[in-house]
Amino acid sequence: MNPLLMLTASELSQMLRAGEVSAREITAAHLDRIAAVDGDIHSFLAVDSERALATAEALDDRRAAGEELDELAGIPIAVKDLFCYTGLPTTAGSRILEGWRPPYNATLTERVLDAGLVVLGKTNLDEFAMGSSTESSGYGPTRNPWDRTRIPGGSGGGSAAALAAFEAPLALGTDTGGSIRQPASVTGTVGVKPTYGATSRYGVIAMASSLDTPGPCARTVLDAALLHRVIAGWDPRDSTSINAAVPDVVGAARRADVKGLRIGVVKEFGGEGYQPGVEQRFREALSVLEGLGAEIVEVSCPHFDYALATYYLIMPAEVSSNLARFDAMRYGLRVGDDGERSAEEVMSLTRGAGFGAEVKRRIILGTYALSSGYYDAYYGSAQKVRTLIVRDFEAAFEQVDVLVSPSTPTTAFGLGERIDDPLAMYKADLCTIPSNMAGNAAGSFPCGLSPDDGLPVGFQVMAPALADDRVYLVGAALEAELGRRWGGLLIDQLASREVSA
Amino acid sequence: MSDELMSYDAALELFDPVLGLEVHVELNTASKMFCGCSTAFGGAPNSQTCPVCLGLPGSLPVVNAKAIESAIRIGLALNCEIAGWCRFARKNYFYPDMTKDFQTSQYDEPIAFEGGVDVEVDGETYQIPIERAHMEEDAGKLLHVGGSTGRIQGADYSLVDYNRAGVPLIEIVTKPVRGTGAKAPQVAKAYVALLRDLMRALDVSDVRMEQGSLRCDANVSLMPKGSSELGLRTETKNVNSLRSIEAALTYEIRRQATILASGGRVHQETRHWHEDGSYTSPGRSKEQAEDYRYFPEPDLVPVAPSAGWVEELRATLPEPPAARQARLQGEWGFTDLEMRDVVNGGGLDLIDATVAAGCAAQPARKWWTTELTRRANEAGLELDELAITPVQVAALQALVDAGTLNDKLARQVIDGVLAGEGEPAEVVEARGLAVVSDDGALAAAVERAIEANPDVADRIREGKVQAAGALIGAVMKEMRGQADAGRVRELILAKLAQV
Repeated sequence: MNPLLMLTASELSQMLRAGEVSAREITAAHLDRIAAVDGDIHSFLAVDSERALATAEALDDRRAAGEELDELAGIPIAVKDLFCYTGLPTTAGSRILEGWRPPYNATLTERVLDAGLVVLGKTNLDEFAMGSSTESSGYGPTRNPWDRTRIPGGSGGGSAAALAAFEAPLALGTDTGGSIRQPASVTGTVGVKPTYGATSRYGVIAMASSLDTPGPCARTVLDAALLHRVIAGWDPRDSTSINAAVPDVVGAARRADVKGLRIGVVKEFGGEGYQPGVEQRFREALSVLEGLGAEIVEVSCPHFDYALATYYLIMPAEVSSNLARFDAMRYGLRVGDDGERSAEEVMSLTRGAGFGAEVKRRIILGTYALSSGYYDAYYGSAQKVRTLIVRDFEAAFEQVDVLVSPSTPTTAFGLGERIDDPLAMYKADLCTIPSNMAGNAAGSFPCGLSPDDGLPVGFQVMAPALADDRVYLVGAALEAELGRRWGGLLIDQLASREVSA
Repeated sequence: MSDELMSYDAALELFDPVLGLEVHVELNTASKMFCGCSTAFGGAPNSQTCPVCLGLPGSLPVVNAKAIESAIRIGLALNCEIAGWCRFARKNYFYPDMTKDFQTSQYDEPIAFEGGVDVEVDGETYQIPIERAHMEEDAGKLLHVGGSTGRIQGADYSLVDYNRAGVPLIEIVTKPVRGTGAKAPQVAKAYVALLRDLMRALDVSDVRMEQGSLRCDANVSLMPKGSSELGLRTETKNVNSLRSIEAALTYEIRRQATILASGGRVHQETRHWHEDGSYTSPGRSKEQAEDYRYFPEPDLVPVAPSAGWVEELRATLPEPPAARQARLQGEWGFTDLEMRDVVNGGGLDLIDATVAAGCAAQPARKWWTTELTRRANEAGLELDELAITPVQVAALQALVDAGTLNDKLARQVIDGVLAGEGEPAEVVEARGLAVVSDDGALAAAVERAIEANPDVADRIREGKVQAAGALIGAVMKEMRGQADAGRVRELILAKLAQV
């Protein structure tokens, strides 16, 4: 493996600024890597080598001309195929949008391009980000680089696998119920769901508007923070975006100090349904943090037990409305337009052919939940429980600075294992959903390999809204201390396997 | 078609109509409700669109603050409460003119609610209770190509223009309006006319019914006399002028009465008004009403106008129509009867503007309520749709006052202005319509008239001055009406030594 591939974005940035490497070399190394391994991993739905190389060269020229560039300028990035990007088709992982080229860029795509990051391509995802395995993608699943018979998580499995397979040092994700954190957890990488509204949704194809949160994916906490700094901040084109200063996430990632921090362990997240090896690594990480001077207490958030059920009413309700626009009239797939059929028939045939089973399941659930006569019992009640979950968080954050839990109850499960069992699939997001319901910040950080199957385990940190820096603070402290014990990052163990093989 | 229907009078002997009016007002904001695209009418199809109003994947709405301001001012002018906190809601249904397949509207939390206005018909005042005024976005426009009717049935294909998609609308909904009796259609017309005048005074909409910037859905149901139980209602769409509101409701009342009187049942449905044949036909049946699955719009934050802002906007409201009418009647010195004709005929603003352009009130009233009203009726237009402006009417009267035109010539000048020949002075010039008061030309004509009518001349010489009329007529005929009749009379009498 080209040694450049194993470097972090922050290390590459230093070398770029020192003139020790060019953006072109870095980009070429990653494109070569993609060409070598992606046939098997399938992280990417589209790669644009020519544009990536041209962008990198232009950046090298600008740097050579003495231009002041962003810290991440010249660093390659993989973009989840949910972000509109004029340079490549944007499919949302769905056949209904096959080949659609957006006429505009998402705000985050624009920010990443403006900062001089080099977009390598678009990554695979569950169709319209609905799933925990990438298996619902209309373009075939992504494989987990730790074990290619296993899922890379979802919906952002493509972005997480690209990081774990050293195809890219940074990636963009979106998190509606755990789609950044759960893939990070099962691939031994870092993923942060910022505070809802801290990152713009403009140009990110919507799944559930009140929950969708774009965020950074990386192999280290500092890299994620550097990307967070580039993408976060108010966007007048997104009414739900927050007009407030972005917390100093990079400073927090560098400080990595948890002395005196009060850490609450969510009592409800453990026990039945949790893999023993996951719980073991989680407990060990708690001891590590305690050893670093943090105060560990147990906190009860009783309504978290209802988060999954609540989520599966609110999210599908919004999905059923957000996905109505895919009707064959203006863009995307059109089926059955023979000049005889009515617009309604063409809409129906197109949606029948273009959407996969999971998307249809959620559209039907949501349509039902919003129906006249059922609204109060389903959607209305779910909104009330959502408020109770928010209050659980508020009460907890009066006692502690952050809450922690395993990111997901198990390590990566096998491809095909849960595809016919939606409820089992949904349970992968048990621990991540509450933060989407409440809109607070949360991240997943590697905390070791499970002793029972040797696969990565994720440690989730949840912080109050607009206190995203605390997520990075805890994640960085954990990463630093575990790194000392392991002699490097967890992901380096995967790299060394490849080298020895 | 209406031959088989019961007469209106017979219908009203059996039933009391109950009205419900839903009026859509297109706001005149420069940009759309949720994006920066222009709202200008008549642009090339789909030239005023962007990712937001095209509902492209990933796009998000941002509320137009000016539209909220207009909505609040409309609410206040309708004497409504203004919500301290309200949300938009999604109304979900599939249709090709809807780019997102849901309409961003308001549902159970309208910006304005619980108001009312008074309208006057034939000296009687009717209270119209307002249930709500809410904000929403307009849909695109479908053009059905092929087929005979221009409607979707039978069309070969349809084209969509999304320029209108996302244009801000205010929907004003009345509560059931009872107690109007036989005046129901006129009350409805007067109410919509009042809204039109209000919107114009607020300067929040162009309120052009023919361009669709003011649209009315007219609901009506019938209650048997003496009953208080509401009947099943119909909602008539495509009512595109004040005149057709009255006509459509009159027709619907007769149609429903005919059905009910013969023991039938009125179908609760949407009906389509046919201006050409003056009848309604069934549209979508409301008995299989769609479930719109309303829910709060998660892409937008709640609207929470502060009490201070609402009061600031209240201070910008124009004078209420009734107070304005009373003031103007005093200023103009019109009788009650004259004022009622002016108001009912839709001439108030026009006369106000004509007076503002320098015309005296009585001649302004005379032009608008007689000659111009007649022209409008002949053309099937509303008074303000005539192609003559208050400034032009004032200019016309100035020419009359100066003696350049007499009434007959002035009417010919109106012909010219309406025909697009330019300003009144230009029409006078181009058509050569000025009164001839050149004594040389007139004297010659008088001479000829006397020669041609020696008997008449003799009678005048004998002192029968009233006989001069016949000679004046002859002179006027020769001068093709362009003579100053007073001067002609003077010349005739002088010539025949009667002065």
